[in-house]
Amino acid sequence: MSFQTDEHAKAYWKENLRLLVTLLVIWFAVSFGFGILLVEPLNAIKIFGFKLGFWFAQQGSIYVFVILIFVYVKKMKALDRKYNVHEDDE
Amino acid sequence: MDIQGWTFLLVGLSFALYIGIAIWARAGSTKEFYVAGGGVPPVANGMATAADWMSAASFISMAGLISFMGYDGGVYLMGWTGGYVLLALCLAPYLRKFGKFTVPDFIGDRYYSQTARTVAVICAIFVSFTYVAGQMRGVGVVFSRFLEVDIVTGVLLGMCVVFFYAVLGGMKGITYTQVAQYCVLIFAYLVPAVFISMLMTGNPVPQLGFGDTLADGSGTYLLDKLNGLSTELGFTEYTSGNKSMIDVFFITFALMVGTAGLPHVIVRFFTVPKVADARRSAGWALVFIAILYTTAPAVASFARVNMIETINGSDGQGVVYEEAPSWISNWQQTGLIGWEDKNGDGRMF
Repeated sequence: MSFQTDEHAKAYWKENLRLLVTLLVIWFAVSFGFGILLVEPLNAIKIFGFKLGFWFAQQGSIYVFVILIFVYVKKMKALDRKYNVHEDDE
Repeated sequence: MDIQGWTFLLVGLSFALYIGIAIWARAGSTKEFYVAGGGVPPVANGMATAADWMSAASFISMAGLISFMGYDGGVYLMGWTGGYVLLALCLAPYLRKFGKFTVPDFIGDRYYSQTARTVAVICAIFVSFTYVAGQMRGVGVVFSRFLEVDIVTGVLLGMCVVFFYAVLGGMKGITYTQVAQYCVLIFAYLVPAVFISMLMTGNPVPQLGFGDTLADGSGTYLLDKLNGLSTELGFTEYTSGNKSMIDVFFITFALMVGTAGLPHVIVRFFTVPKVADARRSAGWALVFIAILYTTAPAVASFARVNMIETINGSDGQGVVYEEAPSWISNWQQTGLIGWEDKNGDGRMF
């Protein structure tokens, strides 16, 4: 499992970083953003018995975290295949 | 059989299960001892990681803390699970790819330095000892309550059991023991949560019941009722909390970064066969963690409503002493709580 060329290795790393940054931006938005910084404006919105900001702090952020990790798993698998560096043949 | 008898039977059975698993999965080689031979399936590893992670603090005290803190309690929920995302995205797959057993190994090789490795070892030992001290206290508290012994005896008893299966089974024994522990733990946590949710809101899913209307037919939402009760008693609203935004922000951040560096969780990712498996098992671990972490705030709000109603009474004037919940007289016997009827009206206030 090694890259065919140096360009491949660089391109792989670049795509890897782009994915990481995207996911971490969402990670920051749901926890620090919706759950803490914007909690008061969001609390004005009510869904069932939940104030939205409070819901993000105690429930919503956790659900989004789970989804983030599975998206990461899926995207990285695709990336490993694209550059032919997956370990399935070992 | 009385409660004490049942307790001894169930605690005994679960110990027998853990030790039985340790004997069945005992380690036969160095690699098996330290990283379970690198052959644990991702879902099982996820369960073991979840059990490892959610120990004394999450199981015994988190719901209580949130109940006490309201919105501010979210720092633990977001901090601990959010830190896990950092670990899964930025640390676990790369350390697994590197292929050695520990973080100090990685630091030493990456920076070509024995000194760096030594510093990392000292940090790891310091972190581990601090963490174990807290966990062992938790074990002591649980054992002292169940078996009615004092805390020191409880700690020693817990240590003997862990020592036995850790030495015999190594990482392999621990991994499969923890899979069993997770099942016991989540069952024990969810059963009361589901029934409390059904009693209070008529909704069997605590995560939803928490945002549902009360079962008394008034049509009031549980959280609105709780906010009303809290402000009546002179506290801030349950869904607002007391801490300033900057405190909440940085406490959450500190908890996240700390969580991402826990040595006993990082080592878990060395036990799966491939890098892709390290990523997947991190996802499964968070699913198993999330089941408990989304239930805890629901239990917290149910408990707060229940406590205010049973102590302050439905009219807010204090409940008559004879009708107070039984834990009050139990705690009076052990001196945890005291009640003196100064104005002679027989009420708790």
